[in-house]
Amino acid sequence: MLTLAQETYDAIVAHAKRDHPDEACGVVAGPEGSDRAERFVPMVNAAGSPTFYEFDSTELLALYKDMDARDEEPVVVYHSHTATEAYPSRTDIGLASEPNAHYVLVSTRDHGNSPGPVEFRSYRIIDGAVTEEEVTITPTEKSTP
Amino acid sequence: MAIEVRIPTILRTYTDGAKSVEGTGGSLSELIDDLEGNHPGIKGRLVEDKDGSVDLRRFVNVYVNDEDVRFIGGLEAPLSDGDQVVVLPAVAGG
Repeated sequence: MLTLAQETYDAIVAHAKRDHPDEACGVVAGPEGSDRAERFVPMVNAAGSPTFYEFDSTELLALYKDMDARDEEPVVVYHSHTATEAYPSRTDIGLASEPNAHYVLVSTRDHGNSPGPVEFRSYRIIDGAVTEEEVTITPTEKSTP
Repeated sequence: MAIEVRIPTILRTYTDGAKSVEGTGGSLSELIDDLEGNHPGIKGRLVEDKDGSVDLRRFVNVYVNDEDVRFIGGLEAPLSDGDQVVVLPAVAGG
């Protein structure tokens, strides 16, 4: 099961809507081994494409060095599908390389850049096997000053 | 001194879980051959045959001292003792 704060969920959806009709992508990092998706990190889709996404190689290195320095790992790897359902494509499955991550798919096919519901689903992808999991959204706690 | 190689999670099955290993070689190609000697199977995850010659896999990124090797000679990128090599699978899909 994936547990996400409302604020993070909203940020992923907003990114997907903003980049539509191109695919949007990013991660939510969290402490290594914790399975807590805490730090939202939107990435640029270097492919700039409605059918493909890829993190820019220089930004990918910077992201992993940053996570390393913070003892984090990518708890969520998200991307959007802009014309098809929120289910991993054959390419998504073939290239999935974070066995500990929750792969989140958002489909913006129904409303594009406009307000309106999206499909938001999460999967484990390990050795080519896809397992869908439940997504639980928790209210964002107000931070105390 | 040797060359430190950072190993991504997905390839740690070849390094007994180690996040980083050491290797030697005057080029990336030699380093990969050296790694294969100690961690059999890892080479096939990094390189592939392309039109009869060996090249880095399209969706594997390798950096030498923070530079993407594709810009500094690919498999022929020169290495020396003390260099740091980072291997990261592309985060990509369709």
